[in-house]
Amino acid sequence: MIEVTNLQKSFAENHVLKGITASFKKGDTSLIIGSSGSGKTVFLKCLLGLFEPDDGDICYDGKHYSKMTLKEKRDLRKEMGMVFQSGALFDSETIENNIMFPLKMFTNNSYEEMLERVNFVLNRVHLENVNNKFPAELSGGMQKRVAIARAIVMNPKYLFCDEPNSGLDPRTAIVIDNLIQEITDEYQMITIINTHDMNSVMEIGEKIIFLKDGLKAWEGESSTIFKTDNEAVTDFVYSSNLFKKVREVYNK
Amino acid sequence: MKYLKNIGKYFIMLGQVFKKPQKRSVFFENLFKEVEELGLKSLGIVAFISFFVGGVVAIQTGLNVDNPWIPKYLIGFATKRSIILEFAPTFMAIILAGKVGSYITSSIGTMRVTEQIDALEVMGINALNHLVLPKVISTVLFYPFIVLLAMFLGILGGWISGFATGLFTSDQYIIGIREDFKPFLIQYSLIKTMVFAFVIATVPSFYGFYVKGGSLEVGKASTKAVVWTSVVIIVLNYFLTQMLLG
Repeated sequence: MIEVTNLQKSFAENHVLKGITASFKKGDTSLIIGSSGSGKTVFLKCLLGLFEPDDGDICYDGKHYSKMTLKEKRDLRKEMGMVFQSGALFDSETIENNIMFPLKMFTNNSYEEMLERVNFVLNRVHLENVNNKFPAELSGGMQKRVAIARAIVMNPKYLFCDEPNSGLDPRTAIVIDNLIQEITDEYQMITIINTHDMNSVMEIGEKIIFLKDGLKAWEGESSTIFKTDNEAVTDFVYSSNLFKKVREVYNK
Repeated sequence: MKYLKNIGKYFIMLGQVFKKPQKRSVFFENLFKEVEELGLKSLGIVAFISFFVGGVVAIQTGLNVDNPWIPKYLIGFATKRSIILEFAPTFMAIILAGKVGSYITSSIGTMRVTEQIDALEVMGINALNHLVLPKVISTVLFYPFIVLLAMFLGILGGWISGFATGLFTSDQYIIGIREDFKPFLIQYSLIKTMVFAFVIATVPSFYGFYVKGGSLEVGKASTKAVVWTSVVIIVLNYFLTQMLLG
């Protein structure tokens, strides 16, 4: 379980996170939603340890991040997988080397064992015959799938995704969303996804946290988000013409 | 104030760079890649420039030594001294600061702006140690060989220019380069080279690692890195010369 208490983070005069409290359970896919500039990415980067919070606490399965030594923090990160918005694949390395990299760094497995694991996770994200290709040779959707494969190759306890389907067509985005949820269920990970894509909310929103101006403005599920009275949430949810039309049809 | 802050940040960065590598096999794999990228791929430009600059130094010296009381072998002697003392270590370091420095800043900077460094850190990897230490070790160990090659080719270029111009004979030149040979001057040159190699690897890494923004900022950081690496090399050259020869 990840428990976040009163998390705060500022950059100079800009108070980005103003005290967020939330908890994330094992086997759940949680979505952090909110408009651009609401603090989603900063929140995720604090959870990843890429930003040091100014105040508040993050507790990973009973271990308090603020009390950890540098080595303990690095060890904790070995239990994390991250899918970046851009994919963040090492562009000068082949797909095989990209996925094998964490295995080379943190295991003493033979090359054959590592290759077997690489092929297993590639197969898991429905990719074949891409081992010797470079990231630039793959489509955006395939790069995202490689990023997911790299994130899960070490069997992480925590999976973080920053807008995993940005820049993808709706069909590929659904494939990526479903893949993340399947993997979360299969490996019983804690998965936290940053998104502002309402299709993702509909597809995999088991638990949703809505951020506005650095504060948690709402928390619920995909089944309740369309019924809430929270004005900030409804403004966000019905900001697109498509959802406005759906609401009109539903009300009729 | 900003300069002082950056100097402090640079030394803090060095503290992270000089940690024990997390995985020895991965470190050596990176080290050999860097030897190829930063060393072997610079051999061509170093050889080309050394040969021709050696020739120009010999011709310039020959043209300026027109007093009949000054022996011709001094052309070889002056060429040798210029090449060993300054041209090979310092001039080559400035050239490598441009070629290798901009490569280091742009490659690390691009990794930073495309979140590849974040990806390393999320995996629990000391990104500075992983990316910069192999560069430092490869340049510090390999650049002395590059400078020895530059010395040889520079002196060879000077010798060949004698045939081409007729300013001096082969015998005169060879007497000159054998005259008053001091092995310590080679050591002095190699010590300078190792210090400059350290600067060439670390200063551009600093600018690349802490870049913020996009591709334009990476370009600006590369320019800054080359300028500051050159400035640091020139300043250190002054102090090293004073300390080792003064």
